[in-house]
Amino acid sequence: MPGKLKAKIVAGRHLPVMDRASDLTDAFVEVKFGNTTFKTDVCHKSLNPQWNSEWFKFEVDDEDLQDEPLQITVLDHDTYSANDAIGKVYIDIDPLLCTEAASVISGWFPIYDTIHGIRGEINVLVKVELFNDLNRFRQSSCGVKFFCTTSIPRCYRAAMVHGFVEELVVNEDPEYQWIDRIRTPRASNEARQRLISLMSGELQRKIGLKVLEMGGNAVVGYLQCFDLEGESGLVVRAIGTACTLDKVSSGSAPNTNTHVHPNTAPASNACNSPSKDGKEPVFGEDLPSSSGPPTPFRALPTSSSSPPPFSPSKPCSRQSSSSDTDLSLTPKTGMGSGGSAGKEAGPLKTLLRQHTQTALEQRGASSSGLLLNAREFPFFTLTSFPPGFLVHVGGVVSARSVKLLDRIHNPALGNTRSYKLLDWNSVTADEPETRDAWWEEIRQEIKSHAKALGCHAVVGYSESTSICEEVCILSASGTAAILNPRYMREGCLDIGSTDHRFEDPSPPSCGFCHIPYDELNMPFPAQLTYCYHCRRQKVPDVLFTTIDLPSEAAVTGKGCLIQARLCRLKKKAQGEVNATAISNLLPFMEYELHTQLMNKLKLRNMNALFGLHIQISVGENMLLGLASATGVYLTALPAPGGIQIAGKTPGDLSNEHHILTIQKRINDTIAKNKELYQINPPKLFALDPEVFCGINMELTEEGLGSPIPEPRQRSRLFRSHSESSDELSELDLSHGKKDAFVLEIDDTDAVEDIHSLLTDAPPPTGFYSCNTEIMPGIYNWTSGIQMFTSVRVFRLSNANLTNQGLNKIFTDLCENLLKSFYFKLRSMIPCCLCHLNFTVAVPEEELIQVAVTAVAMTFDKDQAQEKPAEKPINKGSSENEEQLQFPLELCADVSSANTQPSSKVSGTVSLLTPAAKLCQNQLVMIHLPGVPESTNVSSRAASVDYGSFADRCSTWLELLRLKAHTIRRGSVKTSRRTQSLAHSVSSLERCSPLPEGRSRSLRSSRSFGGSSVTVVKMTPLSFLPGIRIIKYLGIINMFFIRETTSLREEGGVSGFLHSFIAEVFAMVRAHVAALGGNAVVSYSMKECVLMENPNKNQAQCLINVSGDAVICVRETDQEPTASMTNIGQTCCSANDGAT
Amino acid sequence: MAVELDVFVGNTTIMDEEVYQLWLDGYTVNDAVKVRMEGGVLDECEASADVLLSDTMDQYRTFQMCERLLHSPAKLANQLLFQIPPHRQTVLIERYYAFDDAFVREVLGKKLSKGTKKDLDDISAKTGVTLKSCRRQFDNFKRVFKVVEELKGPLVENIRQHFLLSDKLARDYAAIVFFTNNRFETGKRKLQYLTFQDFAFCAGQLINNWTVGAVDNMVEDMDVDLDKEFLQELKELKILITDKDLLDQHKSLVCTALRGKTKAFNEMEANFKNLSRGLVNIAAKLTNTKDVRDFFIDLVEKFIEPCRSDRWTAADMKLYLTHYTNSAHILDTFKHQVVWDRYMGVIKSCIFKMYHD
Repeated sequence: MPGKLKAKIVAGRHLPVMDRASDLTDAFVEVKFGNTTFKTDVCHKSLNPQWNSEWFKFEVDDEDLQDEPLQITVLDHDTYSANDAIGKVYIDIDPLLCTEAASVISGWFPIYDTIHGIRGEINVLVKVELFNDLNRFRQSSCGVKFFCTTSIPRCYRAAMVHGFVEELVVNEDPEYQWIDRIRTPRASNEARQRLISLMSGELQRKIGLKVLEMGGNAVVGYLQCFDLEGESGLVVRAIGTACTLDKVSSGSAPNTNTHVHPNTAPASNACNSPSKDGKEPVFGEDLPSSSGPPTPFRALPTSSSSPPPFSPSKPCSRQSSSSDTDLSLTPKTGMGSGGSAGKEAGPLKTLLRQHTQTALEQRGASSSGLLLNAREFPFFTLTSFPPGFLVHVGGVVSARSVKLLDRIHNPALGNTRSYKLLDWNSVTADEPETRDAWWEEIRQEIKSHAKALGCHAVVGYSESTSICEEVCILSASGTAAILNPRYMREGCLDIGSTDHRFEDPSPPSCGFCHIPYDELNMPFPAQLTYCYHCRRQKVPDVLFTTIDLPSEAAVTGKGCLIQARLCRLKKKAQGEVNATAISNLLPFMEYELHTQLMNKLKLRNMNALFGLHIQISVGENMLLGLASATGVYLTALPAPGGIQIAGKTPGDLSNEHHILTIQKRINDTIAKNKELYQINPPKLFALDPEVFCGINMELTEEGLGSPIPEPRQRSRLFRSHSESSDELSELDLSHGKKDAFVLEIDDTDAVEDIHSLLTDAPPPTGFYSCNTEIMPGIYNWTSGIQMFTSVRVFRLSNANLTNQGLNKIFTDLCENLLKSFYFKLRSMIPCCLCHLNFTVAVPEEELIQVAVTAVAMTFDKDQAQEKPAEKPINKGSSENEEQLQFPLELCADVSSANTQPSSKVSGTVSLLTPAAKLCQNQLVMIHLPGVPESTNVSSRAASVDYGSFADRCSTWLELLRLKAHTIRRGSVKTSRRTQSLAHSVSSLERCSPLPEGRSRSLRSSRSFGGSSVTVVKMTPLSFLPGIRIIKYLGIINMFFIRETTSLREEGGVSGFLHSFIAEVFAMVRAHVAALGGNAVVSYSMKECVLMENPNKNQAQCLINVSGDAVICVRETDQEPTASMTNIGQTCCSANDGAT
Repeated sequence: MAVELDVFVGNTTIMDEEVYQLWLDGYTVNDAVKVRMEGGVLDECEASADVLLSDTMDQYRTFQMCERLLHSPAKLANQLLFQIPPHRQTVLIERYYAFDDAFVREVLGKKLSKGTKKDLDDISAKTGVTLKSCRRQFDNFKRVFKVVEELKGPLVENIRQHFLLSDKLARDYAAIVFFTNNRFETGKRKLQYLTFQDFAFCAGQLINNWTVGAVDNMVEDMDVDLDKEFLQELKELKILITDKDLLDQHKSLVCTALRGKTKAFNEMEANFKNLSRGLVNIAAKLTNTKDVRDFFIDLVEKFIEPCRSDRWTAADMKLYLTHYTNSAHILDTFKHQVVWDRYMGVIKSCIFKMYHD
């Protein structure tokens, strides 16, 4: 069914001088959609042309509306020669296709040229008339909402969570087409930008179709990535979580929480461990290949003609090599919670052995995998959940796979026309080497890991790739978890109704920490203790997760950013040899990273990691590993042990002394960190007799990975090996731990490692940092925010670097970056750097690139110590529950319970928390009390509308009718002509809901007709402190290429990238403002690929950013501002009606 | 091993006012880092020199990118590239257009030509202002001059609106434009003791009282040109010195009023005719462009210096000029009261301002 797209070109400003003779420009505009092009008149001799064009109308399929961007080209008219392009604007009209999002796009867009950057601005008005499409075989999916936010968006309630959706599309990269040799760089860049825009549109449409098929209306946690595979093509892929979202209307605002939601009680009941349930695991039942004994994707390289998949996976998480024969072939690098787990040489051996396995089942598994639909994967890209939703968390699961990108093009691709899109899915289904099959494989791996952890779902799930030449590392990771069956669709699960075992509900503040697996059959060795919070359930000693800290979790002190950094040299090689070398290195890297993380965690006296993100980047001659997470002391988990240093040769006196010195430093650091992060766990005042008995329990687990290493075992340990010890007498009792980590020093490398452990400087006073959404332990954010992106590239001059040397350089690079941030943002103190997202890459042989996007947020120091106490926890949770009622449709099955017996419990002393702190996070609550949601569907915060609105009548009139009763005042005039801009701006200014947003100096408005620039806040978080999001306007997903052939003139590569990033920000802000928004949440920079050739004075850079455009108002402004915006808006519409 | 690329871009553009000043003052990145280190930034923030260098580089790049916008400040408010809070925009503009008194004293009244620009290195050496900063200031003068030249209406207001400057700075620029336009001589040795602010004050007086706009601000003419009619009328004042009776009468009136009120009375009485001739001659000659240029030097030579050598105090000066001006009204044969007031009003305040060491 068709829709009608209408565009109007109003004016331009600040255009570049195109005619040297007159110092002026004769500009006109081409508006193109699909294959239709319109032109405006030429506006002679002006740098600020007023075209005021007619409405250009495109009648198109809604499928095209979703795929295609509106392309606006500004040109300089030249009578005698070809017209010169000034630049382009691509407008994604997707937000207009959703009734709840933006209704019109109107505003100033930067005119962008891939060679010159931003060259002036153009004012455009775009809208869409869409006819309802009831055809069930339609190819479009208009109306499905997309959110980058990885939680339920703030003004919605999840009626149903349907589950995982994924899709990918592939095309030839225009940069690698033959025609690229003869066309200009500009043409090539534009072809690429346009192609990627098309591909993202198509991808989004296809995902939308899947969502509709599942019965959902939105995708939350939408993560779209590009794989620039070079000659083998360009892949755009996306994953997300399909949901049915209901808009929270002001009437049913969650402040009316007088009744307790019926689900509350059972919900908390359900927090109990399902492991006792005794049900057979039904997870993945319908997939024979994965439930059969040998998991299908474990196998490996070799032989055959098709490039073999290399070492498909490095599961890293809570898995033991001994408890699950099924998985014993896969390398266990113990990336999980197992504080004391998985440090043994054994798994490493198996791991090596693994690489000699063959991929016998690869084919069959892959092809059968293709038949699976997305519902097979109980994955959720969400990282935070409504209270009660997350029952237990098992630990991190991850899988990696090294692939060779094949140059052999599928015949279907051979004669691809420039913009012909090809879906890998549609290509011959028995072709095993499709990207889909690759991912399928990895996902299966993840799923089976989760299952091994006794979990039926994976939350905080994400996928990524790293490509170097023809080698590609695919990675996926998530957190195995058990979700509350209460929230799942009826009939989907059969344990939901059996409440008989829920006599002892876990409190929400610790429930998620309780182990999901059977303690008698632990998937990996770990020390279990009774929960320090409720004393009823077992908890592990350490917990690693990829999700955000649940808002209801009880935390002691504050959190901090913990990073493990690692470089590994590798020989340069080609093809399979290279891929093998890489896959051989991977498990060692994961292991090292894990060890580092664990040590650093202990050093900070913390016991849990949230938001864990491990990135492994491949370069020609090295691999980079960066693991970032936010360390926290969970009150429910046992206090971490200290770190003990042990020398390998006890006889050596000088050595002994050295060790003592190091030990002292470590102890000092731990003590200092305790103070720094205010970790004062509740004092031990009661011993649980049962647990006490357990202390001496013998472990049945065989030596390796045992939490209680015997001295004799140490000789077998790797350097910087960590394990726990029960040698109480040796420990620094000031830590009160009996299970300290032992670091063994047996060579200089180990010493280096320990030194590097101690070199991580704590943030300066007044600063905190984390990579999660918010900092655990800080609750009173003030409204100051500063989002930033920083990129550093380091050139290694010395070719003969050792691994150690590289590690040092890499660590320093990261540390110095952090120091720079602290310095630059010092005026914001006290403040916290949140959502620090590091991305590493090896763009060239000798280069290391680190890109960081984060937000600095100020908080009120005086109240920082205490959570808001006036909110009773029950009230809070019921409120939340009310709002985020969250039934879940889990298609895979729940809670596989492992029942094989094998006891390994290392008992400890149980601590009681004397007073369970209230765990209500204020930020989650922000929108709850007494703030009726605005019903203002169309308010365009802080926008100035230009031009005629006449054609909008129908829309507006309807709106007017709907809203008429809420409008009482009408003093704001919006003129139809831009000349009276100043007037309308200043009048709007006075009633603006956004003081910062709109106030420009009066002087400037006096002199220059006012500023029409809306202040747009940007943040990688899903919320803005002190500000309430009243409307989501749609997803922002933009891809830009910038190239220069005058690198020196632009200030070198730094100057080039600096202006490019600033331009990208500017374009994002402009698009958001044009949609009527004033902020971007969940902003992220997915890709930043920089290529330079200083000798040729050239550089090229690709940046991909995404986020959610929103309208928000200050928390304190309630109805008045809402009606203010209404007024402005409605007056426009009234005006329109009149015209 | 080296950092090949290092950028930091905030959604809200981060600008350190201290670094901005260093940039404006023409410090190189390395010098700026030194200055900042000496300033003790590092101590308060536990940072290293590398961090400081990186920060300084970033900020310098930002400023360079902003500079283009600062050339037409109105653009800064509605450009999209940098998100800068309004108050910070104001600071940026104000500081960018600020200038060193030492520098402006050197170029005040000179033609803002390429030739003058070539001499900037001499000026830089003489004043201690870095060449880079000199260039910026010079270019600012020229830019303002060029824009305002073409415009109608009140000079100060035009500058303020076009360059979004504060009232004070706009007035200073008006003075510079006015001086440049009329090419007043300010560089002579005898005028060296005068500061820019002295001249700016005088320029304000001249603009407000002697230009066409002073009579009728609706007139579509500029504040920068002196009122030709007025200058012609000034010739009539010559009667005060050419008519002997009038001169004597004037003198006796003034002396009567001054007697016993000041220690310098004798000198005043003795010098009256000289001084009066000096002032009236200046007025009479102002129709010549050349003499307009020498206006200030004439004031100093013909009036201020004689008074100073007679050790008049500022109060003496005030007293004398007040009575000198007022007494002329009592002269019954003197018909040019209006022109006289218009002339003496400005002369009086200029001399008050200029009469110091």
